[in-house]
Amino acid sequence: MKPYLRDKIPSVFDEIPASPSYEAGYLVTKNSGWRNVKPVIDLGKCRGCLQCYLQCPDGVIFKRDGKVGIDYDFCKGCGICRKACKFGAVEMEAEK
Amino acid sequence: MALNAKNLNEDEYFYGHKACAGCGGSLAVRLALKALGERSVAVLPAGCMSAVGFNFPQLCFSNNAIISTFAGTASMLTGIEAGLRARGITDFQAVGFAGDGGTADIGLQALSGTIDRNDDILYICYDNEAYMNTGIQKSSLTPFGAKTTTTPAGKNIRGNLRPKKNMFEIVAAHDIPYAATASVGYINDFINKVDKASKIRGTKYIHIIAPCPTGWGIRTDETVEIAKEVVDSGLWYLAEYENGEFTLNYRPKEFTSVSDYLKKQGRFKHLTDEDIEIIEKSRNVKWERINKTFKNAGGK
Repeated sequence: MKPYLRDKIPSVFDEIPASPSYEAGYLVTKNSGWRNVKPVIDLGKCRGCLQCYLQCPDGVIFKRDGKVGIDYDFCKGCGICRKACKFGAVEMEAEK
Repeated sequence: MALNAKNLNEDEYFYGHKACAGCGGSLAVRLALKALGERSVAVLPAGCMSAVGFNFPQLCFSNNAIISTFAGTASMLTGIEAGLRARGITDFQAVGFAGDGGTADIGLQALSGTIDRNDDILYICYDNEAYMNTGIQKSSLTPFGAKTTTTPAGKNIRGNLRPKKNMFEIVAAHDIPYAATASVGYINDFINKVDKASKIRGTKYIHIIAPCPTGWGIRTDETVEIAKEVVDSGLWYLAEYENGEFTLNYRPKEFTSVSDYLKKQGRFKHLTDEDIEIIEKSRNVKWERINKTFKNAGGK
């Protein structure tokens, strides 16, 4: 379970709730446009220690097949994962 | 069993938020909610985490979460706990996430009242050492010497003149059932304190240092290591208060350089050697007291 992107963006008055509450975890925009550099994982070097997953402020690194993957829709390119990796498996690459 | 990266809940409860890249506060909130699980009801006062988490229709919490008044984090937690209990719901944890200003300045009275009533809530202060959301103004948790927009560094006055308020011991002085300090540089320590707190009935308080790259003048990838360094240099400490006693959780074998820690940050760049000496001295005084009054302080 985690917040996820929805197709519907409430935009007209009738779609906006009268009470100040709404469905939890309702995302309508990505954060990928924020970054200049992106982390790329070398799965050959990754040992699955999960330090990058633990330290990511955005929670975009997830467990996959004993190693990790990155949700680039929400990664801001802060680079904490690169510093967290003791095995040099994370490199920051320029966004083109 | 102790929580760690391998057995921590894989769900994400704080996701897609608009916090700056490398935000320590968002890391603290994310980790605490992963330790608490989906049956936690979060309260967030005015501050960075509510500003970045609730931009309708972008709602970044997947558990129940609500914004409170700036001063009312703890009182809203009291209300949520009482309300859910009145409806017969018991398997939940009311948890508040307030910044340093929302805790030590604006929300202190409500927090004090909640601890006095011993309401069954968990209050987490993510301390980034200034009012970052509004553009870096000094709070009472801003350390001595730090440059903020309201404590600028010039020829005569070099940043903040006052020391950091001792919030942890102020809370402990209420004889609270559980209080702890933490740092996003020591994540396993933090998530296990959150887990421990969630199993204690009554009011719990955790104070976590959460660096802010924007306000501290550090690179976005330095958040976790600077949060580790503040502990290793002795300017912050990991401790608990329980059953009327303070316990030190971690003692650095040898303190790392205070000067190195300070000089890495834009907010301390202006400090002179004399200023750094003052900071070092106050650290030593603090640790003398810790050594005298905290359990485990002998390095056992």
